[in-house]
Amino acid sequence: MYPSRFHYEAPRSLDDALDLKAAHGDDAKVLAGGQSLVPLLKLRFASPELLVDINNIPALDYHVVDADGTLRVGALCRHADLERSTLLGKHPTMAAAAPMIADPIVRNRGTLVGSWCHADPQGDWASVMLALGAVLVVDGPGGRRQIPASQVVTGPFQNSLRPDEIAIEARIPGASGTAAGSYLKLERRVGDFATVGVAVAVDSSGGTVSRAGIALTGVGPANIEATAAAQALVGKRLDAGTIEQAAALAAEAAQPKTDHRGSAEYKRHIVHTFVTRGLGGNGAVHAAA
Amino acid sequence: MAPLDEIKIGGLGSSRKRVEDDRFIVGRGNYTDDIKLPGMLHMEILRSPVAHARIKSIDTSKAQAIPGVRLVLTGEMMAQRNLAWMPTLSYDTQAVLATDKVRFQGQEVACVVADDPYIAKDGCEAIVVEYETLPAIVSPVQALAEGAPLIRDDKEGQNDNVIFRWEVGDKERTDRAFASADKVSTLELHYPRSHPSPIECCGSIADYNSATSKLTVYMTTQAPHIIRAAVALVAELPEHMIRIVAPDIGGGFGNKVPVYPGYVASILCSILLGKPVKWIEDKTGNLISTGFARDMYLRSEMALSNAGKILGVRIHADSDHGAFFSDAQPSKFKIGLLHSAFGCYDFPAGHITAQGTYTNKAPGGVAYRCSFRVTEAMFFQERMVQAAAADLGMDQAEFRRKNLVRDDQFPYRTPFGFLLDSGQYEKCLDIGLEAIGYKEFKAQQAEALARGRRLGIGISTMTEPLGAGNSREYDILGIKMFDSAELRVHPTGKAILRTGAKSQGQGHETTWAQIVSHELGIPAADILVEEGDTDTAPFGMGTYASRSTPVAGAAVAMVSRKIRAKARKLAAHLLEVSEEDIEWELGRFYVRGAQDRGVSIQECAMAAYANMPDGMEPGLENNAYYDPPNLTWPFACYIAKVEVDPETGVWDVLKMVAVDDCGVRINPMIVEGQIMGGLTEAYAMSNMQFQTYDADGNCVGANYMDYLLPTSWETPGFELHEVVTPCPHHPIGAKGVGECAAVGGPAAFVNAVMNALEDTGVRNIDMPLLPDRVWEAIKYQRDVSGAPPVRTD
Repeated sequence: MYPSRFHYEAPRSLDDALDLKAAHGDDAKVLAGGQSLVPLLKLRFASPELLVDINNIPALDYHVVDADGTLRVGALCRHADLERSTLLGKHPTMAAAAPMIADPIVRNRGTLVGSWCHADPQGDWASVMLALGAVLVVDGPGGRRQIPASQVVTGPFQNSLRPDEIAIEARIPGASGTAAGSYLKLERRVGDFATVGVAVAVDSSGGTVSRAGIALTGVGPANIEATAAAQALVGKRLDAGTIEQAAALAAEAAQPKTDHRGSAEYKRHIVHTFVTRGLGGNGAVHAAA
Repeated sequence: MAPLDEIKIGGLGSSRKRVEDDRFIVGRGNYTDDIKLPGMLHMEILRSPVAHARIKSIDTSKAQAIPGVRLVLTGEMMAQRNLAWMPTLSYDTQAVLATDKVRFQGQEVACVVADDPYIAKDGCEAIVVEYETLPAIVSPVQALAEGAPLIRDDKEGQNDNVIFRWEVGDKERTDRAFASADKVSTLELHYPRSHPSPIECCGSIADYNSATSKLTVYMTTQAPHIIRAAVALVAELPEHMIRIVAPDIGGGFGNKVPVYPGYVASILCSILLGKPVKWIEDKTGNLISTGFARDMYLRSEMALSNAGKILGVRIHADSDHGAFFSDAQPSKFKIGLLHSAFGCYDFPAGHITAQGTYTNKAPGGVAYRCSFRVTEAMFFQERMVQAAAADLGMDQAEFRRKNLVRDDQFPYRTPFGFLLDSGQYEKCLDIGLEAIGYKEFKAQQAEALARGRRLGIGISTMTEPLGAGNSREYDILGIKMFDSAELRVHPTGKAILRTGAKSQGQGHETTWAQIVSHELGIPAADILVEEGDTDTAPFGMGTYASRSTPVAGAAVAMVSRKIRAKARKLAAHLLEVSEEDIEWELGRFYVRGAQDRGVSIQECAMAAYANMPDGMEPGLENNAYYDPPNLTWPFACYIAKVEVDPETGVWDVLKMVAVDDCGVRINPMIVEGQIMGGLTEAYAMSNMQFQTYDADGNCVGANYMDYLLPTSWETPGFELHEVVTPCPHHPIGAKGVGECAAVGGPAAFVNAVMNALEDTGVRNIDMPLLPDRVWEAIKYQRDVSGAPPVRTD
């Protein structure tokens, strides 16, 4: 690969990394897993002045579940760490999505936080974060702040971080009651971007849905939170009728375009099918243990 | 004395491990990009971003000002040396660097040579080209339309976009067959454009030594001698002062047969600069500018009797060749061996017409793992056969059984003039049907459908012509398609073998040694195989079209026999008997009637240098040039069983059975690897792979995100079976095999999906059978044709 000329720094602390970002702003790109950034450099679609490689910063590769059930994923936690994790028993949507990210080689290196910030409309994690109501923790000269999932991605390949900030953690709340969920993805081949991806997360108590999240990948200029579809489930039991209603509303929320991965009609239909299957209407639901 | 165990010494039939793999596995292969010469510079190509445009101006001043840039080469500079255009292997011309127009996206416009590849790439970015965009033509229909822009306005007398019109067969006889038919079945389909896409892209290092006037080119070529001849003709350099070296090659699949502009430009740059110049193509460059495959629209009619016999076949093919007719194929056949279609079936009459057109797409039309358009022929044949069986209401297996050439009909002359050498077609079909569980399937299928599940079985039976050529019919630019081998046995009985072929992963270093071992009894481990250096290898036509074993492999056997003949004289001398009293067993001569009195081949080798009889020329070496009497005709039966999810259109392969008869197998393990590789590519083509263009001529498939290669995750498992019918005219009875599965496999998968949809009335879905296309066919109960739509936003 022959990218444009760039400078490279590999700071050993978050403070040093933040100093570099403060000095260079948008001209500095953060390198974590590099699975999206490096191809962009190769194709010269991205030509940043400086790469800030954060891989030498200690203690960012964690993922932990707090006492309240919150799952916290550090900026250097790899997809493969989540795929092989034993901590996701109460986070079924996370457990379902992790093995569906890209291919095994990308998963060994790529990170959830990096993928989320990259904001590719066909990225999987952003949908999962939307469905789960996660927040992104970022650090910068103004201190740490939390950005709700619905505000992280602002458009294709655009996020709401300030030029001097670095994302350090994804924070996924624990379930209230029993968690169920899934991530279903239609791809032409392992490692392909999603033709359609659907993340579904449902918390319920006594058979009644207390919280629901549904988000869609690949069917719009950014990941889409199907709010109305999710709301339609809250306070109800999952049965053929409520599932069909949610599936129809989700399909309505999709904004697919016809391309070489399929027609708009087909993609909308797949959203409907996957929401149905994801909610257990016609297929497996990944229920929490 | 116990006779040698041929399997133990690595002879015929031994699955000895591939000797080349040791160096590849430990990362010690020597590919073109691994070669670094002192003072070597790096070349990068600037490609056209648009499909069709007039070049108004090229400003290279900024590029030339970049420190480290040594040379910027444009078409105009090439034209001054009469090198802006080069001849193709199909008697057309191709632009080396564009002068007047660009004619496809990715066409070579300029080159930058610099101290390192980064600077060379910076240099390309700094070149400013002003284009005046012209309408792009992306299909034969557009190319032939009234008022279509003329793509090849550079060619005198070219007034339209037609390259050739070609026909073969007996029209009148075919017309009569159709007149007497009970039923006529029809089918139209598109075999989409694909790309061989070897993992290693193309590249070259040209090293012109001005002191000796010798040009050495290290390059990725499947046919070094053809390249040498081409360079001699194009660059007008004396052929003896050109040395082409093909080092290790990371896959070819036909992609590395043609002469590419990058090779020619690197040579000129080296001559101009007096330094070695390396050019290594990137993946996008490879995918958008080098030899593609297929892209053919086919329609056919089949005349049938009510009893289920094929009476005649008509085919018309419209082929899309891109901007230049640079197909790599025997020069006589404009559309390759398309007329091998329906070869395995016994029918009296056929007629084929074909028309080739220019479009604003990448040029090429190489034989991607196939013997020159045989993939299109066999795919179409097997799709047509399935449709015909359905039209007749006949079982697809029974229809094939009724029409396959019978064992007692060989040698069998096809209506298109080919002579099939041998085969046991029905036996292969029976083994395949048994393995897939065909008898039980119909009941399973019905039972599954009742529960909303769609199962299907697809069969593909075919024979293909492998091993071009024979010199009567097959040549490239007039040079006959023979091949060669040279064997030197050293005093201690070790040997070096060189051939005119060139392995790109086929395992020649392993298998050629096995042929020598079979003929001479020298352990395969004692034989070094070397290919690819035109200064040392005998002249050959290279490796493609599954021709290595049929042609070069035959030459290996023949040269070994010449060595054995001389060794026999040496043995007679050593044993002090007359030659007539000498008998041969593997690795050893002995005196007839006294088997314990003998000498080994190794002792004969030593005698050739140390103890030859008076009057005998010393040494033990020879060569053989082999002109095959016919092509070889392997047969294969591929059967796939699939399940289609009607809600999503996703289909899964439940089982895939392959029965291959490629004659005698030299190394069964390598043969099986070839079949599995071919089936994987077949699966890819049927399931996901295509290269298409949007209305503006932008290539969708310019990288591995858009041009899909299957991984081990989705590739199904394959169950392999074998039948052995030795080739009657090949010295060791072998037939070609490298391509059979890629050629015959796609129809098995597609037929299986179509079989699963039979009750819907859907007759055809064009490849690739992406889920959305299958879903659309089921939902609307209609055929889905043509290339998939591409993004318009």
